[in-house]
Amino acid sequence: MKEEKLIFEISRTGRRAINLPVCEVPEIPMVDIIPPDLLRAKPAELPEVAEVDAVRHFTRLSTMNFGVDSGFYPLGSCTMKYNPKVNEDMSKLPGFTKVHPYQNDETVQGCLELLYRTGAMLSEITGMESMTFQPAAGAHGEMTGLMIMKAWHRHNIDNKRHRIIVPDSAHGTNPASAAMLGFEIIKIKSDEHGGVDINELRNAMNDEVAGLMLTNPNTLGLFDGNICLISDIVHDSGGLLYYDGANLNAVMGITRPGDMGFDIIHLNLHKTFSSPHGGGGPGSGPVGVTGRLAPFLPAPVIVEKEGRYFLDHDRPLSIGRVKSFYGNFSVIVRAYAYMTSLGAEGLRRVSESAVLNANYLMAKLAGIFELPYKRTCMHEFVLSAQKQKDIGVSALDIAKRLLDFGIHPPTIYFPLNVSEAMMIEPTETESRETLDEFIRVMTLIAAEAVSEPNLLHDAPHDTPVRRLDEVSAARSPILRWSPERTP
Amino acid sequence: MADYIPNTRLQQQEMLDAIGFKSVDELFADLPGDLVLKQLLNIPGPLSEMELERHMRLMAAGNTNTENHVCFLGAGAYDHYIPSAVGQIVGREEFYTAYTPYQPEISQGTLQAIFEYQTMICELTGLDCSNASLYDGATALAEAAIMACRSTGRSRVVISRAVHPEYRSVLNTYADFAGFRISEMGYDTISGRTGLNAAQTMAAQDVAAFIVQSPSFFGVIEQVGELAEIAHKNGSMLIMSCDPISLGILKTPGESGADIAVGEGQSLGSNLAFGGPYLGFIAVKKELMRKMPGRIVGQTADISGKRAFVLTLQAREQHIRREKATSNICSNQSLIALTAAVYLTILGKQGLQETAESCLQKSHYAYTELVKTGLFKPCFIGYGASDLQVPFFKEFSVKSAIPVDKLNKQLLQSGFIGGLGLQQYFPELENAWLIAVTEKRSRSEIDRFVAEAAKAAGSFVSAESAGRAL
Amino acid sequence: MDIKKGLRYSKDHEWVDLQGSIAYVGITDYAQHSLGSIVFVELPQMGKVLSAGDVLTVVESVKAASDVYTPVSGRIAEINQDLEQSPQNLNDEPYKSWIAGIETNGSLLPDNLMDEDDYEAYCKQEA
Repeated sequence: MKEEKLIFEISRTGRRAINLPVCEVPEIPMVDIIPPDLLRAKPAELPEVAEVDAVRHFTRLSTMNFGVDSGFYPLGSCTMKYNPKVNEDMSKLPGFTKVHPYQNDETVQGCLELLYRTGAMLSEITGMESMTFQPAAGAHGEMTGLMIMKAWHRHNIDNKRHRIIVPDSAHGTNPASAAMLGFEIIKIKSDEHGGVDINELRNAMNDEVAGLMLTNPNTLGLFDGNICLISDIVHDSGGLLYYDGANLNAVMGITRPGDMGFDIIHLNLHKTFSSPHGGGGPGSGPVGVTGRLAPFLPAPVIVEKEGRYFLDHDRPLSIGRVKSFYGNFSVIVRAYAYMTSLGAEGLRRVSESAVLNANYLMAKLAGIFELPYKRTCMHEFVLSAQKQKDIGVSALDIAKRLLDFGIHPPTIYFPLNVSEAMMIEPTETESRETLDEFIRVMTLIAAEAVSEPNLLHDAPHDTPVRRLDEVSAARSPILRWSPERTP
Repeated sequence: MADYIPNTRLQQQEMLDAIGFKSVDELFADLPGDLVLKQLLNIPGPLSEMELERHMRLMAAGNTNTENHVCFLGAGAYDHYIPSAVGQIVGREEFYTAYTPYQPEISQGTLQAIFEYQTMICELTGLDCSNASLYDGATALAEAAIMACRSTGRSRVVISRAVHPEYRSVLNTYADFAGFRISEMGYDTISGRTGLNAAQTMAAQDVAAFIVQSPSFFGVIEQVGELAEIAHKNGSMLIMSCDPISLGILKTPGESGADIAVGEGQSLGSNLAFGGPYLGFIAVKKELMRKMPGRIVGQTADISGKRAFVLTLQAREQHIRREKATSNICSNQSLIALTAAVYLTILGKQGLQETAESCLQKSHYAYTELVKTGLFKPCFIGYGASDLQVPFFKEFSVKSAIPVDKLNKQLLQSGFIGGLGLQQYFPELENAWLIAVTEKRSRSEIDRFVAEAAKAAGSFVSAESAGRAL
Repeated sequence: MDIKKGLRYSKDHEWVDLQGSIAYVGITDYAQHSLGSIVFVELPQMGKVLSAGDVLTVVESVKAASDVYTPVSGRIAEINQDLEQSPQNLNDEPYKSWIAGIETNGSLLPDNLMDEDDYEAYCKQEA
């Protein structure tokens, strides 16, 4: 496959895609309105291409991508489920897209109503009292949730609590978010069943700890049955319990973080609630809290009174804003459409099916790869490629070989407490045939690892580019195109 | 009911049989009994696709929008023209249903497009390196402040009051919890510009950065070069928040001496969308490259020497560095960055300049016409065609003869979304009105707007004076 | 795994070479091997005062970033500027590519450092 030139390399002087209308207002000479020393010396070197060439360029680029619409995407912890098209159309209605965020409340009742109802639904699903939609992504939600935690302790004049406990299986954003807020991170080990080690937790928990960040099921895909005990230990010491909602797809309609004892949660609408991932965003990471923490939510909050909706800015205990405007509204529109389409029964069936699909794969792959935790899994599970590594084939090699079969690899080398980890999350939107094909391919690759390991070491073979030099990219970074560098 | 689950219940039972489970409930045996819900959740639905469409069209239809009204409201989100090709390209499923390009071999589409985006941001801002996006202009500003504190080892930033109030609010929240301090420098009430004297008096040993927005929240073009000098003399950085359309003609952050440029990229091809998703962009001088938060795409070669693109400098990021990461950011606004790259490609080198010039001319025309009516006074003197003292771009502030909410209410009846009332954020600016005029506004729209605004202001004034006369 | 004689070794796989009052600190062959190809070294600041066990520098590979600790206390008197352009020197010649020279004011090296035999045994145990 030929290389696709950069748009700047396709540019030719004087070409353009769009023409603007002639300026109809009387024009004032530039020099009379902007002093020359406030103008840029030379125009920005933006592309100069005709529309056909622009469209072809980006179309060709898109063919070098792989999305959920292209094939199976069992990326653990990302919930790559199918993105329903009706949700796309609904999010594009002019009444949702052509609305300015500063329009008077009276003129945007539909938008406010949508946010209000979505908040109510998510609160019901999670067992929280109220939500904020400001955070733009899960990590942003974590940061917001931790700010609420800090504000709560500050409000209670409990100022010694500068530590956060995080299990060793935690997603990297957990300690990163906590560190950004000046917390000291205490890492605790998982026990042999993959859950939180209760003794370690008891020892770590004291009046200098603000709280514990957890996800349940955890990043190993296992439900921690000790969650109520964990909740008691944390609360008895005056701490708060934070829920990383990335794994909610396993438990919708089955159990709720609020019932497990969590005080603060964040959700990933671009995971559980079917909004597309966009190549890395935009996401949406709403944060939910129990009643006693509601006053600390970012302002404004949406309130309803006699069928009318308002933005309430009068929130004296609020932590403040964490983003401009109200959040990634179009992403929330899709989540609303999704939940409303499914209803309570539908959401329950989603989680049941996600868990079934994962257990199906796990049972079939357990003989071929090492299974570090031999328990019923939830919506995802972790395999170890240690057996293959012992004969020279790593999880990375296996991942690269999967690309040749048109399958996106699972998450590799995470969580950190499993060696040569491969985290697999099929989601509920995959047919049995797709799962069986994945099993067939993984079985084949495991056999290749023994009989033809070089096939794996040199993989992928059928992709537009292969085995990129990431070392040079990091040693001598080239982060932009420059005219001098063009051959 | 659509649940997008391909397998029927029968097929699911077969799968359960194949792995030795009798029912789905058995899969949840690990859950403590009293945690398992015994009833269905109390949420509405399900709705079929047809019913959903009906329901949501109804919800959307009631909203006043820029298709049925003419928009003169800005204040950080703008009604620019979005060429048709943008939506078509960005709507390709391979772009929007993909995940983060962790597997570069099958993500060259996203990676190359973002590399092109990074290049364009560098060209616009005149700085050396950019990243693959942040959440929005406000959080980009907060991240820049954190970067400056970490780089200089200092713990305070000084920000102009003329920066967008919500940006200052977000910065306050971050500072409050991340442990750095903020001081505000005022704007000159006559010119609307951030005072150079104000900046000078705030220069102290613990200041990591001075932060200014240009064009400011008021639309005024600031003296960024002079502020950069003051900052650098103090050993501080200069962070400039800017409007990307304005960079079609205005002096770049790089030329002005800024160390970090941030801003809101919504104007680059994204809908107003009631506030999001938008686009935070950031660009820095090369010395700060490794301190930039967020994902970064770099150029490299593959095993056969072919040019290729890959996420790089990942060791700084959360999934590797964890608690010592430059930031906690994971998902960013990738699709919106792609949108910006496509928009800037379709507009092109000439098109962006012309768009900027159009915004400039049309906003000045609207300003002149409003002031001519005698019912609107400049908020800041030195605006206007004949006076070079305070130039503005795309937005301007005038004092209305009547309260702004009354004005806007009238204008709504005539089919206009009026400008922002500034008094809610700046109590000292009584009846001040912030008007935005983009290239999308036709002359007749502007003329009608001015006429209706004058009528609304005039009729109230005459009603009032009639009342007084009685 | 290469281990050089005459140096002292820390549990975090740093080596120390005391020359007069300056203690030169680097990372061992074991360390560079586990890090993989090193892409960046964040050089410490001249004159900075450190205690034994403080973070001296951060060493980045493509997939990891590691703290390098100073086994000795003192003031940073020299830094190896070559590492800015050629971080891979740490991979190629770990015992020649010192990172910093720390002015120890003539005090002896701490007791908790190992000689080459003890370090070799320690490495075998770690593996």
